[in-house]
Amino acid sequence: MKTIRTLFGSAALGLALGVTPIAGMAETPANMLVIANRIDDITTLDPAQSFEFAGADVIRNIYGKLVNFDPANLDAGYQPDLAESWTVSEDGRTITFTMREGVTFQSGNPVRAEDAAFSLKRAVILNKTPSFIITQFGFTPENVDETITVDGNTLSITTDKRYATSFVLNCLTATIGSILDEKTVMANEVDGDMGNQWLATNSAGSGPFTLASWKPKESVTLTANPGFYGGEPAMKRVIVRHVQESATQRLMLERGDVDVARDLTPSDVEGMEGVEGVEVVREMRGRLMYVSFNQKHPELSKPQVRQALKYLIDYEGMENSFLKNWYVGHQNFLPKTYLGSVDENPFSLDIEKAKALLAEAGVEGMELTVGVREAQERLEIAQSLQNTFAQAGITLNLEVGTGKQILGKYRARELDIYLGAWGPDYPDPHTNAGTFAYNPDNSDEAQATGLLAWRNSWDTGGLTEKVAAAVVEGDTEKRAEMYHDIQAQFRETAPFAVMFQLIEQAGVAEEVEGLSLGAAITAASYWNVTK
Amino acid sequence: MANFATETERRPWLPLPPWARGTLVTLSSIAVTMLGLLFVTFLIGRVMPIDPVLAIVGERATEEQYNAAYRELGLDRSLAVQFFYYVSDVLRGDFGTSLLTARDVSSDIARVFPATFELATIGILFGCILGVPLGVIAAVRRGSWIDQIARVIALVGYSMPIFWLGLMGLLLFYGILGWVGGPGRQGIFYEDMIPSVTGMILIDSLIAGDWGAFRDAFSHIVLPASLLGYYSLAYISRMTRSFMLEQLSAEYITTARVKGMSEWAVIWSHAFRNIRVQLITVIALSYANLLEGSVLTEIIFAWPGIGSYITTALLSADMNAVLGGTVVVGLVFICLNIFSDLLYKVFDPRSK
Amino acid sequence: MSMTSQTPPSSGGQSLRQWLLSDTPTSRRQARLSALYQGWLALRQNHMAMVGLAILVVLISIALFAPLIAPHDPFVQDLANRLQPLGSEGHLLGTDSLGRDILSRLIYGARITLYIVALVALIAPVVGLLVGTISGYAGGWTDVILMRITDIFLAFPRLVLALAFVAALGAGIENAVLAISLTAWPPYARMARAETLTIRSSDYISAIRLQGAGPLRIIIKHIWPLCISSLIVRVTLDMAGIILAAAGLGFLGLGAQPPSPEWGAMISEGRRFILDHWWVATMPGLAIFAVSLAFNLLGDGLRDVLDPKDSAS
Repeated sequence: MKTIRTLFGSAALGLALGVTPIAGMAETPANMLVIANRIDDITTLDPAQSFEFAGADVIRNIYGKLVNFDPANLDAGYQPDLAESWTVSEDGRTITFTMREGVTFQSGNPVRAEDAAFSLKRAVILNKTPSFIITQFGFTPENVDETITVDGNTLSITTDKRYATSFVLNCLTATIGSILDEKTVMANEVDGDMGNQWLATNSAGSGPFTLASWKPKESVTLTANPGFYGGEPAMKRVIVRHVQESATQRLMLERGDVDVARDLTPSDVEGMEGVEGVEVVREMRGRLMYVSFNQKHPELSKPQVRQALKYLIDYEGMENSFLKNWYVGHQNFLPKTYLGSVDENPFSLDIEKAKALLAEAGVEGMELTVGVREAQERLEIAQSLQNTFAQAGITLNLEVGTGKQILGKYRARELDIYLGAWGPDYPDPHTNAGTFAYNPDNSDEAQATGLLAWRNSWDTGGLTEKVAAAVVEGDTEKRAEMYHDIQAQFRETAPFAVMFQLIEQAGVAEEVEGLSLGAAITAASYWNVTK
Repeated sequence: MANFATETERRPWLPLPPWARGTLVTLSSIAVTMLGLLFVTFLIGRVMPIDPVLAIVGERATEEQYNAAYRELGLDRSLAVQFFYYVSDVLRGDFGTSLLTARDVSSDIARVFPATFELATIGILFGCILGVPLGVIAAVRRGSWIDQIARVIALVGYSMPIFWLGLMGLLLFYGILGWVGGPGRQGIFYEDMIPSVTGMILIDSLIAGDWGAFRDAFSHIVLPASLLGYYSLAYISRMTRSFMLEQLSAEYITTARVKGMSEWAVIWSHAFRNIRVQLITVIALSYANLLEGSVLTEIIFAWPGIGSYITTALLSADMNAVLGGTVVVGLVFICLNIFSDLLYKVFDPRSK
Repeated sequence: MSMTSQTPPSSGGQSLRQWLLSDTPTSRRQARLSALYQGWLALRQNHMAMVGLAILVVLISIALFAPLIAPHDPFVQDLANRLQPLGSEGHLLGTDSLGRDILSRLIYGARITLYIVALVALIAPVVGLLVGTISGYAGGWTDVILMRITDIFLAFPRLVLALAFVAALGAGIENAVLAISLTAWPPYARMARAETLTIRSSDYISAIRLQGAGPLRIIIKHIWPLCISSLIVRVTLDMAGIILAAAGLGFLGLGAQPPSPEWGAMISEGRRFILDHWWVATMPGLAIFAVSLAFNLLGDGLRDVLDPKDSAS
């Protein structure tokens, strides 16, 4: 040990002479925002294809949308952005947007209704994974020319049925609703890909920032758009650097090398308390942590067994220890702050009750396998489950793998139990209702791999119809009521134990003001940040 | 070590001069090895239960979208056909597109390999400059306290889990003392400031004439490079000692000593001179190992090198990236081996 | 010394030591045992090697008697009592993120480490020996093909090969062992081939061949024994690398699976707390270090004794 120290000591000492001034000047420039974050999930920055958290953060700061959330007031819901106003037709199927005048793209081209139409049609035609957010309103590559139309400065979209207007507009705030510069994008088209390949690494938006570079697993650099219609952002450059480890992020923040650290574990947040110049920002996000039980398993399909397992989870113990201030107990599929969300959390660890239920079902000890993604907090939750399940005579084996490995099995309905997370795709209750409690065809042939209920082979016991009814209900209060009802039944009968909702804890240098992480409804925004 | 030269003895049927035949044989064995390397990697990619399609389409994809991506990747063709197409593309210099980074594998490698190259080169320099003298001294003073210390230094190097040492080093020298730069290749202030010419920031910043950027990059590389250097130091110093001991016990050394030659001359111009070739082989081997990219070091120091590139690609079944990376690493390895084999032939009196 | 006997002496007459140190062994067995004993004597002179050996003996006893020594069950969680510092009551080395006793986990983890080391040490050198000797003895196309395969595996990035293998077969100790063996055998094969080449043409082997011995018999009975000593040295020196590789796989989450107290996985779990609860990752780090060092010290000592290159003095 000692020898290494001396060795490194002498090596470092020699260098320190030349290096110290740099290391000492540890402060980021006043017009530059530097963020440490895990961004290795970005695989493309094309808004019609991107579907990851880090990608959503980047795209929200580059592209304008028809309607958008104001980072200074997220509670206000969607607000006019590139569309100045809109009207709804009498039958409720057609929404007509009037475009804001005088707005230009970063290329200098004006933002026209044609660009908006192009962007939505493009999303439908490309048919990438997130396209369902738009196509669920009945748009198909065949009918987009009739259903999405332009008249002078207005854009009209016609849905196949009458939906709650708020539902449609909320969907347009998602990443896929970004408005692209048609001329720039089509100038870069290759083999009829509508610019898909070019947009993966370039930007053509009208938002507050332009993409300067994206180096995979390394960094994303944004530069301010001086022509932004909302005023040029104070931060001339925003750099998001990929830093994998929480401890490293914290070191960088404490040393002043970054302004924001976004993936801090509870222990690092705790350890940072009292450190000068750094504060912790907490925002409730939309992501839920849940376990689900495959209904193909003969024992797990028994209602008592499902109930019993829900009593075998140490919700409180986890929330107060390794998940402290990071995940908060939440046992419903609609995240807090969503329309129709409820705060009922009836389950808690109760070994005796679980044993009784298991006995009632005639189950005496069994062996189950849970699929877990390789991530430390999930491994800990899994080990806690292992521990409490064992107390009722259930052996729980862990199958750990990379996200893709485990996900592949989950989608193929091959796992007994899955421990996973789910984040809403757009800020409307249907985003989660439509996957947790909706499964019109439970057969293997249906291959509805996108639906969580299908992945767990659950026929939803009548919830499918209720969810379908709720989504077309125009009256907001009535609609909320319907979701309360659905969730009550879901909690008791579903093969899902929703356990926690995420609270994002970001360490932020104290001079940074105006940073919004997006709460439960959208992604982060940097354009209001000042230092 | 690869022994590409051995086949030369038995191939009399080629009507070529010996040197040309040798070259031909060497080249063909490289080709065979590379093809084998590709094939094994390709097989691994196909038997792995990781779904490359899921990596692109993501969790929410419908079956139809999944199938479209599956066809787009050409996965519906038979394995042999896929392999054939891949190899013929590679021969035309096209390594395909990476699923994870949405760009050409060759441009990805042009970005990540210089990072590893820079780190490995500084590491090996560190290892040689300290390791060789340490080994020589240990051999000359065999059994003395200096030999013991050298032994401990080396063995500790062999024994330390690098990920632990890396974390601790970062904590101490960056977190507490603030002597070195943090994780990553350069300070964020310099991000995108230096035009990339060689991809090696140390050199690029010199080309740009930016001293500040150079010092910054140096402060970032010094810790991971010394860690890697320490590992090669351990190996190099032990091997140097062993080679030197062999030479020092040889008769000609005794003769030289009897003749009254100074000890310094005996050691450096006789014994050390004779171990040069062996030593270069050893150094080449540990250099090759460093150039593979130390995955763990790269993860801990957020170093965007080829090791972590291949690893993440592998874990997402991004096979074009894995294959491309493996080809580069394999080529480097083979070239270094051939280089040291050549040295043997040129310098080693016994092989003449 | 003229008084020699065919068998190890019983009590009285000549001591075992004398018999072993005899200059004129009368049987093959005596000669072999004598060589071993002299080697042991030489090794004993090497203090560092003895330190290494001592550590390993301690490790093996710890692993054997783990249930008796460990103060706690290594799997029992206590969320209310997590991340206790060193020397806290009842937990000498503190507790981890789930409130498990770190000392007990280290003690049980010794079993896993030994298990991995033993298995790899059985598989890799044997495969290498087999490939190398066959290649060297047979020559010709067999040699070309086998050596080309060896080159392919050598040219592969090692950790990547192991990772790929584990990813293909699924994470777990057994697969980690196989993966590490897969990357570890080629150097042994090269070494064994080189030795075989020098032995093959010796008069001694030619004589045996003339007596009508088949190639398999020659390889197994006459070539293997000659390769063994350098192989043992190499294996011992490689042990540390094997432990580190296993720990590296554990660190990446591809080795032993939770809740198994594998040391590398423990570091990986503990690294999140490295700034405030440094011991959680440091204790398993030190354990890995100590064991690797022990193997290296022993291997280094063995090399001095067995490897003719180094023993010249």
